[in-house]
Amino acid sequence: MPNIIRHYKKAILLALPLALSACGDDTKEVIVEVEVPAPVPTPVDVSYDVTVINLTNGQPVSPPAVVLHADGNLWAVGQVPSVELERIAEVGDSESFLTLGMTSAGGEGPIMPGDQQTISVTIQDITDAKLTIAAMLGNTNDAFTGLNAWDLSQLEVGDSWTSNRPAYDAGTEKNSESAATVPGPAASGEGFNPTRDDTGFISMHPGVVSADDGLSTSALTVEHKFDNPVIRVRITRTE
Amino acid sequence: MKRTTILSAAAMLALSSQQSLAADISVEVQNLTHGLYFTPIAAVIHTPDVSLFEVGEAASTELQMMAEGGSIDGITTVATAASADMIANPAGGLLAPTMSASGDVMTTDGNVMLSVVAMVLPSNDGFVGLDNWEIPTEAGTYTVFLNAYDAGTEANDELRGSGAPGMPGMPVPPPLEPLLGTGGSGVAGADTNATVHIHRGNIGDDSLTDGVSDVDNAVHRWLNPVAKVTVTVR
Repeated sequence: MPNIIRHYKKAILLALPLALSACGDDTKEVIVEVEVPAPVPTPVDVSYDVTVINLTNGQPVSPPAVVLHADGNLWAVGQVPSVELERIAEVGDSESFLTLGMTSAGGEGPIMPGDQQTISVTIQDITDAKLTIAAMLGNTNDAFTGLNAWDLSQLEVGDSWTSNRPAYDAGTEKNSESAATVPGPAASGEGFNPTRDDTGFISMHPGVVSADDGLSTSALTVEHKFDNPVIRVRITRTE
Repeated sequence: MKRTTILSAAAMLALSSQQSLAADISVEVQNLTHGLYFTPIAAVIHTPDVSLFEVGEAASTELQMMAEGGSIDGITTVATAASADMIANPAGGLLAPTMSASGDVMTTDGNVMLSVVAMVLPSNDGFVGLDNWEIPTEAGTYTVFLNAYDAGTEANDELRGSGAPGMPGMPVPPPLEPLLGTGGSGVAGADTNATVHIHRGNIGDDSLTDGVSDVDNAVHRWLNPVAKVTVTVR
């Protein structure tokens, strides 16, 4: 943009002497049209604070991925999950998911039960982006929670919106709850595995069974059970 | 004062007549669950005085037929008798996990309430339900999330059995046949709450050959909501 301004300035300077000399040579009027560029607006920051509260008893929420994007879904119930989502749902790794939109911000460290974290994200000039959130429930095979393409045009500066969010199942890993497959602190098992051995579709999560409730091979206990909702999200437009 | 009264009466009349006008709508039902099937869906658009079920009240025979065996024949009879409009079995059979089915209908004047029911499998008498949701008159797309209810008519024994009303056990159609166990001892007796209520969920077990339940506890449990209904008013 600054280059264009400089370019037009140069054009005006060159045109002026030409016009003057034309007037001096004879009396004919010479009209020199100089295109004046429209002023380039200064980009305006549009910023949001996204606060995530962990409502569960024993499920760490992985650092939430907050992504602003254009129309469409980065995930939705009934869809085949992307590998980027699978990485979040199976191990809480949001690095690749954060590259999917126009701009994004990731949380810092997991959010433990009862804790909360505020993530700020800024985009320039766009007030109608869609906001998507995804974060793993750590003591599960492939449970995640989040928000799917919420329309930010509903928020004026200073407005807030709060929503309780349920648990989803990425459908990429069987819910064996075994010590070998649950990556969270309850088991410290395997994280991401590209093999998909479950339904293959994103759904609501059926909840964890746990060894205390009849799944003998489960590394989880009653401490890790959850019901919907699992997180509360508050979005505030700050500028 | 008199004029105001007349005006407001006229406004009310206009409003009520607007609300009872026929509407071109579509109803889509999505199964949100990880491992449950929905039996044929009945989406009924009816007058406000009709109800397919009420929480806290005993299920009708027709609802029981649907909730225990997945048959919407009784619901269809009720709908026809009430001059309701109906989208019957839009999935053409079972609606698999995360799948959607939709139907279009031109509603009759006065039919302004939407109710939706379908049995959830595997269960004894669990069903997904929407009871008397008022269809907006303004064109647009509206979303409602549904919970799973228990008809309160059959013991939740979670054992293979019958889909006939009043007969114990769960019907087991083909897609569920290989997924369920056998030889369970039975989870529970008759419901404490014999009225329509929020379903407590399946307990299941991790054995395909014995244990208390024929349901797989790692596949056939659920948390609400279990369905998403999207209504488009044109």
